[in-house]
Amino acid sequence: MIALELKALDKSFGGLRVTRGINFEVPAGERRLIIGPNGAGKTTLFNLITGEIRADAGAIRLFEREITGMAAWRRTHLGLARTYQIITLFPRDTLLHNVTLALLGLSPLRWNPLLPLRSQAALRESAERALARVGLDHLGNRPLAETSYGERRRVEIAMALAQSPKLLLLDEPFAGLSLEERREVQKLLASIPRDVTIVMIEHDMDVALDFAERITLLHFGEVIVEGTRSEVVNDKRTREVYLGE
Amino acid sequence: MIARGAAALAALLLLATVPLWVANGFYVNIVSQILIYAILALSLNVLVGYGGLVSLGHAGLLGVAAYAVAWLLSRGAGQLESAAVALVLTLAVSAIYAVLSLRATGIGFLMITLSLGQILWGTAYRWISLTNGDNGISVPARPMPFGLSLASATGFYYFTLIVFLMAIASMTLFVRSPLGTSLRGARDQARRMAALGFNVWLIRFLAFLFSGFWSGVSGLLYCYYQQFVSPQMMALPASAEALLMVISGGTGTLLGPVAGAALVVVMKNVASAYIERWNLVLGAIFVAIIIFMPEGLVPGSTRLWRWAFGQIGRPPPAPAAAKEPAP
Repeated sequence: MIALELKALDKSFGGLRVTRGINFEVPAGERRLIIGPNGAGKTTLFNLITGEIRADAGAIRLFEREITGMAAWRRTHLGLARTYQIITLFPRDTLLHNVTLALLGLSPLRWNPLLPLRSQAALRESAERALARVGLDHLGNRPLAETSYGERRRVEIAMALAQSPKLLLLDEPFAGLSLEERREVQKLLASIPRDVTIVMIEHDMDVALDFAERITLLHFGEVIVEGTRSEVVNDKRTREVYLGE
Repeated sequence: MIARGAAALAALLLLATVPLWVANGFYVNIVSQILIYAILALSLNVLVGYGGLVSLGHAGLLGVAAYAVAWLLSRGAGQLESAAVALVLTLAVSAIYAVLSLRATGIGFLMITLSLGQILWGTAYRWISLTNGDNGISVPARPMPFGLSLASATGFYYFTLIVFLMAIASMTLFVRSPLGTSLRGARDQARRMAALGFNVWLIRFLAFLFSGFWSGVSGLLYCYYQQFVSPQMMALPASAEALLMVISGGTGTLLGPVAGAALVVVMKNVASAYIERWNLVLGAIFVAIIIFMPEGLVPGSTRLWRWAFGQIGRPPPAPAAAKEPAP
């Protein structure tokens, strides 16, 4: 089963072509790393996959279902979840509330205009479990604005995992984390079961290479190298455009 | 929580006894007006405060309901049918408003709602065969719910108070509900909410209908109160006034729009009797609010109150407690 399939995906912002006929497939359960220099189009690629921006041409399939023209919120209901490179959360609300929103997004309860959200004990317990999974259950009632950067990164991951995704897109989950926090996030990602396919953008090659089974190198919106860890790292083009050797 | 409940009970008692301690019917009518405009401001606050969508056309929705009920009553239709048809029509117009205006947010949304409000005003002003133009439409009599007369200031006040309490109760439920929470989420991070699986457009659309419904209810009350409708009630200044009520009282709070409505109605109806240039005073008050309480009268007063307590030895509450966090 192919979890994610991109076919000839094109996107331009005005005269700037940010993705150029991107083709790749990620089999279900795989850990895929996407690397590339700044401006290579990695985050744009994520935005195209999640539907936050629309492709000019090409096709996107999620678990063999065509989703190219589908609204972003519908894709989430098909099992797609993501984190953001620039943390995008609700700073005035508590950690529990942030995770509750992630759970609410997939629940039919979200349309209820009468019941108080506070009275939804099951939702609250699920949110507490999701926070416990990333080691933040003791901070559940703290407003997000009063937490550290590393804690917010973990909240992002907790929100994505709370949705029990089938395909998880992680956009630089280690960015800005201390060494200790990196180890914790690394352990957390390693504990995600195999029925979740993970595609990750990351610059920190030490942690990313440990994680990845296959790597895709993007450069100026094109896939220039793809293969196993050793194939990509030993490729001359990888060293030229990314590793800087 | 206990303090909040006690304050709500005190406010309810105060409102319930207004005709007892305000002997003059004129002032009872003023309080009725405050409640009518408070419902309009509360309905607008659903979009402005909880949805982050600033509308400058809500007087148009009030006008649709008022004109519809006045037109039907003037042609001999029954009170109940007229009110029901007027509300359904207002919901339909709200849906059209929403479909057109939700194509944009921010300034775009504001300009589209302003334009729609002006179209409705222009229709009321120029479609003379239907609306009687600038001469307006007179309403023969107020309704008599359950046989009770609303002809007196006191009778009408209690009727308005009951509707106002229903509006406050429904909005309290709405903002605390999952749908209300989703609306606030869409206000703060629309893109994130879509990525979490929320249909942001539909959430805003439903909020617009909810808001439109209560604007329509305030339109019905306005029509019953004045027993007359004219294009001025839905002109741009009326929409701007409603928006000022929300902003001056405090957006995203339930009491703020009520305080804002009280301020504007009192200045227009009471202060104008003593101060010729009352508009200037009202403007100065708004400027003062923006400078000293940019968050609005209600949240600003709460902040000052807490600050004052801090000054006399009691520690000010921590920021987390100042705004009760969501679950």
